[in-house]
Amino acid sequence: MAENNRAVLKLKEKFAASIIDVVEFRGEVTVTVKKDSIIDILTFLKQSLQYNLLTDLTAVDYLGKKEERFMMVYQLYSIPNKDRLRIKSPVAEADCSIPTATKVWATANWLEREVYDLFGIIFDKHPDLRRILMTDDWVGHPLRKDYPLQGPDREPYKGRLS
Amino acid sequence: MGVENPLGENIITTSLDKLVNWSRKSSIWPMTFGLACCAIEMMATGASHNDLDRFGIIFRASPRQSDCIIIAGTVTKKMLPVIKTVYEQMPEPKWVIAMGACACSGGVFDTYSVVQGIDEALPVDVYIPGCPPRPEALLFGLMKLQDKIWNDKNSFGSAVGLGTRIDGFTA
Repeated sequence: MAENNRAVLKLKEKFAASIIDVVEFRGEVTVTVKKDSIIDILTFLKQSLQYNLLTDLTAVDYLGKKEERFMMVYQLYSIPNKDRLRIKSPVAEADCSIPTATKVWATANWLEREVYDLFGIIFDKHPDLRRILMTDDWVGHPLRKDYPLQGPDREPYKGRLS
Repeated sequence: MGVENPLGENIITTSLDKLVNWSRKSSIWPMTFGLACCAIEMMATGASHNDLDRFGIIFRASPRQSDCIIIAGTVTKKMLPVIKTVYEQMPEPKWVIAMGACACSGGVFDTYSVVQGIDEALPVDVYIPGCPPRPEALLFGLMKLQDKIWNDKNSFGSAVGLGTRIDGFTA
C-alpha cells in the first residue's frame, strides 16, 4: 500500500505539514502537496530518493469541479530504483503561479513553457517563459476549459440541426 | 480534320495562346511542400507506380522554379504565414491545388488552431476531396488543372505585356 511506499514514508517524515493527500491506484502512488513547498519536495526526491528523471510535467483544469482550479502534475521516475512516483500540487486561479522546477530538472524548462502556453500558469523565476506551441501573438490559453474549442472569433458549433 | 495542309505533313498551325497553354500544362512544376498525411499520398503519386513525370510534373525544391503548389494536408494557423510566403515567392502564373479534406475545409480539425480551408488565404484552382485522396484522385485533380490551363485566354499576350491572362474556367 501507499503508506508503506519508501518515498511516501520519507516524505511524511520530512514534509508532514505540506502533504495534502496520498493515493494509491493500481500500483501508482500519487502524493498531493502544497505548492509553497513543491520545490523543496522535488529537490529532496531527486537528491535523496534518486528520482532523477522528470518523465512529464503537465497540468489539469478542474474548472467548476474543484475549489482550486488547476492541478500541477509531476511524473517522476527513478532510473536506479526503477520506481515511479506522481506528485500533484493545486494552483488557485487567483494566484496562478508556482515556482519553477527548472533548477531541479533542466527538462522542466520546455515542459513548463508548454503548461504556461496552454494553461496560463506562471512559473516563478523560469529562465525563459515564452509560448512554445502557439504563436507569440496568441491571445488566451487554449487548454483551459473556458477557452472556446473553435477559437474566440467563431460562432461555436451547436450540433447538427436535423 | 478536313483542313488542307499547305505546309506539308510535319507542320501544324495553332494560336500562340494554345502554344503557351500547351507548354504550361505539359510542364506543371509543383512546389515540394507536404503538410500531413496527404503528403505521403502525394509522394506515392510521384513515385514509379503512378509516375507524375509522364505528365511533365516534376517536384521542385524551390518556389522560384515552381508554378503550382499542392496544399497537401492540415494547415495550422502557425503554418499559414509560411505557406503564404512560399506562395508569394512563386513566379506568375501560378496555381493552387487544395488536396484533401483539411486543405479544402479544415476537415475533422474544427478547432482553434487550424485554418478552415486554405481558400481563406490563397486562390484555389482545384479542390480534391478525400482523407487522404488516393493517388488516382490527385492525378485526376492535376488533369483538371491541365484542362483549366489549356482553356486560359490571352496567355501569350499577357506574357509579352499585353493585357492580363483570363483564367480558364471562370472566363
